[in-house]
Amino acid sequence: MMDFKKTPWLDFEKPIVELEERIRTLEDSASLRGLDVSEEVSKLKTQVSKLSKDIFDNLDPWQRVQLARHPRRPTTNDYIGLVFDKFQELHGDRAFRDDAAIVGGMAWIDDLAVMVIGHQKGRDTKSNIFRNFGMANPEGYRKALRLMRMAARSGRPVVTFIDTPGAYPGIGAEERGQGEAIARNLREMAGMPIPIIVFVNGEGGSGGALALGVGDKVYMLENSIYSVISPEGCAAILWRDRAKAADAANAMKITAEDALRLGAIDDILTEPVGGAHRNHAATAATIRETIIRDVAELTSTTTRDLLDKRLDKFLSMGIFDED
Amino acid sequence: MSWLNQAKKGIKSLTEQKKDVPEKLWSKCPGCGEVLYHKELERNMWVCTGCNHHLRISTDYYIKLLADENSWHETHKGIRSKDPLGFKDSKKYSDRIAASEKKTGRNDAIVTGRCEINKLPVCIGIMDFDFMGGSMGSVVGEKIARMLQDAVKNREVAIIISRSGGARMQESLLSLMQMAKTSAMLNRLREEGIPYISILTNPTYGGVTASYSTLGDVIIAEPGAFVGFAGPRVIEQTINAELPEGFQSAEFLMDHGMVDMIVSRKHLRDKLSDTISWMVDGRDISVQQPLRA
Ligand SMILES: [Zn+2]
Repeated sequence: MMDFKKTPWLDFEKPIVELEERIRTLEDSASLRGLDVSEEVSKLKTQVSKLSKDIFDNLDPWQRVQLARHPRRPTTNDYIGLVFDKFQELHGDRAFRDDAAIVGGMAWIDDLAVMVIGHQKGRDTKSNIFRNFGMANPEGYRKALRLMRMAARSGRPVVTFIDTPGAYPGIGAEERGQGEAIARNLREMAGMPIPIIVFVNGEGGSGGALALGVGDKVYMLENSIYSVISPEGCAAILWRDRAKAADAANAMKITAEDALRLGAIDDILTEPVGGAHRNHAATAATIRETIIRDVAELTSTTTRDLLDKRLDKFLSMGIFDED
Repeated sequence: MSWLNQAKKGIKSLTEQKKDVPEKLWSKCPGCGEVLYHKELERNMWVCTGCNHHLRISTDYYIKLLADENSWHETHKGIRSKDPLGFKDSKKYSDRIAASEKKTGRNDAIVTGRCEINKLPVCIGIMDFDFMGGSMGSVVGEKIARMLQDAVKNREVAIIISRSGGARMQESLLSLMQMAKTSAMLNRLREEGIPYISILTNPTYGGVTASYSTLGDVIIAEPGAFVGFAGPRVIEQTINAELPEGFQSAEFLMDHGMVDMIVSRKHLRDKLSDTISWMVDGRDISVQQPLRA
């Protein structure tokens, strides 16, 4: 696990963190002097939970964006370590190279074997450069498809984690068919004869996110976001000013509640108070329970039913009028 | 000329052209700058006789170009956009829709239908760039999905002519999901043994490139069409460098193995009917194939 000491907090969560810091200092000095401060501590703790509730019950979309991109927020590799009992990473697309912006491999929860695949962001400059900020090239999506096909051959469910600003916009990416790589994943995922469970755990940015997102169950973590383009990208095009990203985030309805209301996801997974980054283990436990429950449900039906239901779900997405 | 420069020049000349259509008899070719007379262009399928530049043509022109006489039936005409997010930037989305409806006389950025191409029946979708930049929202996704369902039901080859700036931002996540919806339906076509041909015209970008446009059993591009996932401006800003000449052109796609053929409009109908008959004559596609899964 990372050393978070130097990782900054967001402005709107600072009052909570500072209050918690005060409690810790008070407890430390009290225990040193053998004083009883339990009454004051419990008062402060009530204050913390009230403050947390006030702040986190009233988050605006832009604050959600910041939480979804929080440098302390658990990444795919964090979840792989916490959700599963064992993991063996698998590398490469067998055609061009291994894309570090997407990780995947064989994983186990007790005896339940699955294929886990997800976008991987870095946490500092060095790891972000290695991970290309979680922005995959075509070979990343092709690695993901290779692993899904392998899972299908062995009858293992697929679990994916979505956390990317979007697919990488580069010359090589276009030369190697970025659009085709994403498109093919969408089509092939629709036909994978094994259950697919999707968790949008951070930033669900555009087609690059969706390329891991065609599943039987699609969940968003409470503070994750999901949209057709990044708020900055939308602001640059429609407002002609990237600085208007908060306005774009507001207009695009990018939160988990919005996605559920629009019928684009199956459910929202509640995060610990203050966000997933305040308690990695508790968030992971929720995901683990969800996987165990869903795999049991999804494997109890026939493959044909599974695929028909998956197709019907995506066919029903969209809101329009008809004369 | 790069897509960017062409877009800068092309958009200007096209809008100018729009404004004074009644009296304007000629346009400058966006490719070579030559003066081209509309009468002559109309006869020549709006292809420049000098440089073979393919100027944008209307949906009606494509129908005229491809469909056998009296074979065209428009389908799913009554589906229209609403504004599910109440989206507003500098303009309201509902106003943008109304303006595009007025400009194009269409309900949205695609027309779907059934027709025969040299006596071969097909289900076809033709996108319209003049309707909000051909962007894909709920209506485009739904009409494509229904057209593909028609292809399965009627046991006919499916064709989509793409030209689009990508997914429609004003419907955000719903637009994104149309990529999954159309691609998932194309998986069903494969399971059913129904062939699909994708035709890429200028320009095709973003979520349309990353879904049905690049999933054809056969992919045909019009000469000079620019097609890509990320727009050239975004790439230039990301890599902080200028893009090479011809980047993302049909010829570039051919070099990189992304398209099967580049076909001039003049030959499109015959190349299509050759391809369709090759696809369907070998076996009876009216019989459902055993499912793959
Ligand atoms: Zn010319």
